[in-house]
Order: sequence, then C-alpha cells, then structure tokens
Amino acid sequence: MLNCRQVTRLVSQSLDAKLSWHQRLAMRVHLLYCVWCRRYATQVQFLRKATRELAAEAIDISAPKLSVGAKVQMRKRLQAALDTPPTAPQ
Amino acid sequence: MKNQAQSDSLMMNFDERQRLASQEPETKLPVADPAPVLDPEGWVEKYGDILFGFAASRVRDHSIAQDLVQETFLAALKAKAGFAGRSTERAWLFGILRNKLVDYYRLQGRETLFADLEWPLPEEETAFFSSGLGKDGWVKRLAPKAWETPDESLVSKEFQEVLKQCLSRLPEKVTQTFLLREVDGVPSEKICKDLEVSPNNLWVMLHRARMGLRRCLEVHWFDKRRHK
Repeated sequence: MLNCRQVTRLVSQSLDAKLSWHQRLAMRVHLLYCVWCRRYATQVQFLRKATRELAAEAIDISAPKLSVGAKVQMRKRLQAALDTPPTAPQ
Repeated sequence: MKNQAQSDSLMMNFDERQRLASQEPETKLPVADPAPVLDPEGWVEKYGDILFGFAASRVRDHSIAQDLVQETFLAALKAKAGFAGRSTERAWLFGILRNKLVDYYRLQGRETLFADLEWPLPEEETAFFSSGLGKDGWVKRLAPKAWETPDESLVSKEFQEVLKQCLSRLPEKVTQTFLLREVDGVPSEKICKDLEVSPNNLWVMLHRARMGLRRCLEVHWFDKRRHK
C-alpha cells in the first residue's frame, strides 16, 4: 500500500515520465479512496495549464524591454562581427 | 499583439515544434514569404526586445538575460550559413537563445543544483505526518482543498500576478527547470541530458516545484477567493 507522500511523488512523476504498470495501478487504487491526493492530481494538471498561459502572456505585455544603451551596444558588436571576415578554420 | 504572443508560446513549445517539423508540406502552414532571408542588421531592432523579454522570464538577473541575447545574435551570425530557411528568422533566433539558456543553466547547475535539492521544502516536509499512526499521510490543515477553477481565472491578470510571485519564491534553478518542462514541454530525458542531472533528481525537483506552487496558490489565491 502506498502512502500519500509516495502517491503525490508518483502523480507528479507521471507528468514527466511513463510509470510502470504496477506504479500506475498502486497510484490509481490510492486515488480511488483518497480525496486529497485526487485533488493534488487535478491541481498539478491545472498548474501546468496555468504556467503555459502565463508564458504566453508574459511575452507581450509585462515583458521587460532592452534599454536604448543596450541596443546600441548590441548593434555595435554585431556590426563589428559582421565587418570581421570569418577566420579560417585552424 | 495577442496573436503574436500566442504564436510565440506555441513556437516555444517543444512538442509543437517537433510536430510541425515532422509535418509534410501538404498540411499548409501559414508562411508569408516562401524563402526567408536573414537580415542581421535589423535583428536588434526587430527581435531585441522579444528575445530579451523571453530570456528575462527565464533568468532573474536582467544583465545575464541581456548577455544571453547578445550571445544569441553573435552565435546566429556565425551560424548564418546553417540557416536553411526551414523556419522563420524569428523562430530560428528563439531556438538559438533557448540553447544558450540551457548552456547557462548547465554551467550554473554545477554550483547550485545540489544546494537546491537540499533546499528544505517546507511544503513537503510539513504537509505529511512524519511519524505516528498517520505517518506519510496528509496533515489535514495542509492537505489540498477543493479549488474553484473557472477557465477565466487562468487569464485574469491578478491570478497571473500571484502565480508569478509564487514562481519567484522557488529557488531559481527549480523555476528554470520547471518552466523548461511545463512551458517549453521539453521531454524529461532531454532535460536530464542537457542539464546533466539524473532522472530521479529531475523528478524530485519538479515534484517539489509543484508542491510549493500548489500550496502557494492555495494560500495566496484560492483561500482568499473563498473568504470573499
């Protein structure tokens, strides 16, 4: 019989790897009678969705921008690299 | 802008990219120009901010994020010949940046990975009884409560702010790995290889991230909603 500490680990692991059939079975049996671990299982799925959503948002609205100075620097270095002919392989 | 953001998130999704890469040309992709050409001189203007925004969402130190973007441009210049035009210039640059990030994580990991694994996770330490009759069972007060999760909560600005705060409370390395797995959808085996960690360490780390985030969201979001 697995305990809640073990089951939560397996639940999480099942999102990242394929569990063996006996791990899966033991986990499911536990989930049948344990409402807390069942909630844990739905909530980590929700976390996955929520994190993806966050990443999509982060790109356009609240993302920090490069300073003007940083851009000038970058352009300079890029230009310098463009002007230097590629060195012949040693 | 919204569409742009969505296409970025899709683009950064590993599974999605794999799927697109394996697609035959018969399923037409909405590609605007048939043969994309590289234009290094316009890179900083066109992609500087979006690349930086992405890097800054993955490393907390903005000066490092900036360096990574700079390195991305320089590396892209060197690899220019290898750009086959199979992806857009933008997707190609994002790909290079992601490799730079992973390199950075790996280097950084040598010093901090094990320290992070020893990070005593209050959630896992205290959420379960450590002895007695209910040993390793949930402590009722800390056990998961039912969450009301309407879909709109995912996009509400307030919720996302809380989630961000919760992410920033985890050790940086843990957050990075978590985002690599959950947002980019990079398969575990690949993360293990890239970051040179064992599968077991990876699972422990991800599990801890989830335990921590779950509890943090419960306390700072769901409990507060309930009491309103």
